[in-house]
Amino acid sequence: MTSKTSDTVQPDRSQHDHVHAQPGQAQPGDRLEVSIWRGKRDGGFKQYAVELRENQTVLDIVTEVQRQHEPSLAYRFACRVGVCGSCAMTVNGAPRWTCRTHVNQVIAGNQLTIEPLRHLPVIKDLVCDLAPFFEKWQKAGGTFKPTKSRLDKPEPIDPQSPARKTANAAIECINCAVCYSACDVVGWNNDYVGPAALNRLWTLANDKRHADREQVTDLAFQEGGCASCHSHGNCTRHCPVELSPSQSIAALKKSAIFGLPDVE
Amino acid sequence: MNPLHCHRSYLAFLGHRISGLLLALFLPVHFLLLGTAFSGDAALDNALALTDYWPVKVAEWGLVVLLATHMLFGLRILALEFTDWPSMHDNRTGWILPAAAAALFVGFIFWLQV
Amino acid sequence: MINGRQLYLAQRLSAVLLVPLVLIHLALIIIAVRNGLSAAEILGRTRGSLLWGVFYTLFVLAVAVHVPLGVRNVMTEWTRLQPRVVDAFCLLFCLLLLIAGMRAVFAVV
Ligand code: SF4
Ligand code: SF4
Ligand code: FES
Repeated sequence: MTSKTSDTVQPDRSQHDHVHAQPGQAQPGDRLEVSIWRGKRDGGFKQYAVELRENQTVLDIVTEVQRQHEPSLAYRFACRVGVCGSCAMTVNGAPRWTCRTHVNQVIAGNQLTIEPLRHLPVIKDLVCDLAPFFEKWQKAGGTFKPTKSRLDKPEPIDPQSPARKTANAAIECINCAVCYSACDVVGWNNDYVGPAALNRLWTLANDKRHADREQVTDLAFQEGGCASCHSHGNCTRHCPVELSPSQSIAALKKSAIFGLPDVE
Repeated sequence: MNPLHCHRSYLAFLGHRISGLLLALFLPVHFLLLGTAFSGDAALDNALALTDYWPVKVAEWGLVVLLATHMLFGLRILALEFTDWPSMHDNRTGWILPAAAAALFVGFIFWLQV
Repeated sequence: MINGRQLYLAQRLSAVLLVPLVLIHLALIIIAVRNGLSAAEILGRTRGSLLWGVFYTLFVLAVAVHVPLGVRNVMTEWTRLQPRVVDAFCLLFCLLLLIAGMRAVFAVV
């Protein structure tokens, strides 16, 4: 039996624990060579030199470049604490939430490459248009439809019920589109709605207050639905809040044979 | 290599897909070859004579390994899709290396026999 | 019209069926090549055998479902062909496998 951890998808925990630079790697005070994408998809990289500091996030680097070198650099962020999901970029090849990604975790030597997310239209520099991401969320059936109105008493939900626990395990999505960007199938098949939308659909499958619960399996198997997923696990490996869209999608597939889980 | 493609479950996907594609190319040839038996034993023997050439033997070995690989990696997919995951982050990457080793082992036995 | 859910089920259920069939087939290949391949040996086993006839018929049917559906996924993702073209190609491929496969079964049984 191999150890437990080697059997798992291993979400990139380095994003959560602050680890100091390894020997041989750049040290605080060194100059980092930062390549940042400028322009639209047909743009190119531009190089900037930024000093490496203790406790520096990738978002800090982008901010420093914009404040001191390149005032016209466009990027997006809001909360800076991993809640809003607006700061995702491709860092050294992998999509990440930049406000919670420490530079030490991702530099290769003293190189840092920062690009916009994959699979989304680029508005300018590091800013993507997330409209397709949210349109697919709608297409997948990710909209909650209530069974009651605000005049009714709220439905009591037992937080310990298996269905609620299943829904809770997948619910804390911050809509950052990191998984969407990590998934190759999204890039290969324009119809594919992607991991986040299907993960959302799976939470609705486990919510007894959702009026369209009966339709979930049919929605899941639309063209571009869960059958397009090939379980690469890229979504789960990169989801910054450690959800497992890959598992949610597998559960939707399972419902094609065994039906939806019981929510009572 | 890009970090998005350099991990076991992605490589397992690639192995499954490429073995499947090669098997799909081979199948019609395989069927047509066996179909020659319609014209009698001699015709099939003629076709089978091809397998005396060593490049054909290597190709046969390859097909055996591809078939075993495709089936074993496919079993993992079936397990992921039709059974509960041990935990939400456990996509049974632990099965991948043993499956690849088992496929090579089948190929090894085949090689001993020819 | 066949929907996506039915296609998915057809592909996975044929896969489930193929697992034992492939295992037996692999074992048989290894036994068959032991003394070199000869028509006499292969046909001696299969000629007039109802069991092998049923076995290989099942094999051909499962393969004719499983393989074109897999190829359809690959073509959808790795080529720029229109969905209609992909579907037509895969339907033809399915027919080819069915006809050539059943012909092979009848030839050896
Ligand atoms: S598991 Fe599915 S959704 Fe997730 S990255 Fe792979 S193909 Fe995309
Ligand atoms: S599932 Fe994870 S990676 Fe995907 S959008 Fe939600 S929080 Fe981001
Ligand atoms: S800025 Fe809000 S999640 Fe990074």
